[in-house]
This record gives sequence, C-alpha cells and structure tokens, in this order.
Amino acid sequence: MSADAQVPESDDRKKFLYVNRRAPYGTIYALESLEVVLIGAAFDQDVSIAFFDDGVYQILKNQDTSGIGMKNFSPTYRALGDYEVTKLYVEKESLDERGLSPDDLMEITYEDEDDDWEEKPSIRVVERAKLSEIMAEQDVILSF
Amino acid sequence: MKFGILVNEGPYTHQASDSAYQFTKVALEKGHEIYRVFFYNDGVNNGTRLTVPPQDERNIQNNWSELAKEHDLDLVVCVAAAQRRGILDESEAKRHSKDVDNIAPGFRISGLGQLIEIGIECDRLVAFGD
Repeated sequence: MSADAQVPESDDRKKFLYVNRRAPYGTIYALESLEVVLIGAAFDQDVSIAFFDDGVYQILKNQDTSGIGMKNFSPTYRALGDYEVTKLYVEKESLDERGLSPDDLMEITYEDEDDDWEEKPSIRVVERAKLSEIMAEQDVILSF
Repeated sequence: MKFGILVNEGPYTHQASDSAYQFTKVALEKGHEIYRVFFYNDGVNNGTRLTVPPQDERNIQNNWSELAKEHDLDLVVCVAAAQRRGILDESEAKRHSKDVDNIAPGFRISGLGQLIEIGIECDRLVAFGD
C-alpha cells in the first residue's frame, strides 16, 4: 500500500492524525496520546499516527523502563493493528538526526482485510516534505 | 462556525488555559458556536474548585465556570487524566472511597470519546498547549 493511500470518495469518515513529537517517558504526553488513539479507534474514522522529533523514540524496540519506575507501555503500539490503526508514519529526517534507522523500530504490523488478511508493516518511513503533505490532507490533527 | 476546544495544560504554569478562555469568549461574542471544551493532560487541573489564587490575579477556574454558566458551555474533563491527577466529582469520589470531591461548577467528568466527538462534529478543533 502506498503512503498516500486514500479512503474511497463516498467515505464520510474524517481523517484524524495523531502527532507524537516527544520521547516516551520524560513526560506523559506519549502515553496519554496513545490512550486517545485507542479510544478513538472505536469511532470508525480514518486514523493515522505520525512520529517525528523525539516522538520517534516512542516506537523504538527493546524498551526497558525497569530502572525508572514507570510502566513500559511500548507493547501497546504493536496492538494498534487489532484496533485497525494501520498507518504509522515515521519521519526519516527525525530518525537520521538521532542516529536511528528503521531497523531500530519495533515491528508493528496489521492484517490487511482487503488482501486476504496478509500481514503487512504498519510503519511507513516518509521524508519530511511527504509528511507535510500528509498533514495537509487531514481533517483533524491532535498533537501531543 | 462550530468550534471545539482542547486544553492540554494546567492553569497558571502555562498560558494555554488563558488563551483557550480568551478564544472561547471572543468566539461566542462573535456569534460562533462552541460545541464543547475538553480538558486533557494537565489541562484537567483547570477543573478543580479548590484553587485560591491571590485576589489581584485572575481566577482561571472561576473564569471558566462563569463563562460556562453564562453561555451554557459544555466543559468536559477527561476521566482517565483526571483520576491520575486527583480531579473527582461526587460519584467518582464515592466510587474510589475518597473523602471529598473537587470538581468545579460547570465542569463534568467524562471519557475521551467526547474529544473524538469534537473532531467528528465540529468545523474546527482548536487545541491549546505545547
């Protein structure tokens, strides 16, 4: 599926984008953003999530919070496919600026009901300019 | 135009709640509809009636309560965020065996679905925070 997959024209759902810009544990924004995404999934809208700036750290693999007394909520991102949240855009420049590559990110997948339930990656690494286009297409942007 | 407002920061530390209040007030004066004001993250702290700021300062919580009364505004505090931060109404306080509630007049506690509903129903969702 291309990064700019469109919903059908007859679709009267709105396009919701959740923007995550902060690291997962220094503040509560990442966790409470995820809570909105999970609740919002029940409303049958066209949902995407974007990770940029320090937000890319939210979906790093092998997170270990045992030393800081906080719950490691990162496994929840891997369940997003079950909530039919299947478009997770990650900004390439934010990864580059932090010395990260797509291999450092968790494997997050969904089963594509339009393609015989084939398992497909939810994460789509896109360049900054592309992400800006994606943001321009949205009806509602919630940034945390 | 039909607006929904999201306030993501608490009172005084951050200008978000003041700006949201000013925006809401002027939008109403200009004849727009405010569908709902939703308080999330530390924004839930705007909904406690127990704040006692110095008398020569603005009282942010009172401002909201009075605006709500005047315009029949729907001020909604997110329940999950509120429970983390100790904002309780009477039934929540009872349910969690707390000896007091602190929700301010005009505010009510409800779920995050109320925020999603703003996004679906309104022409614009205007968020105030960082």
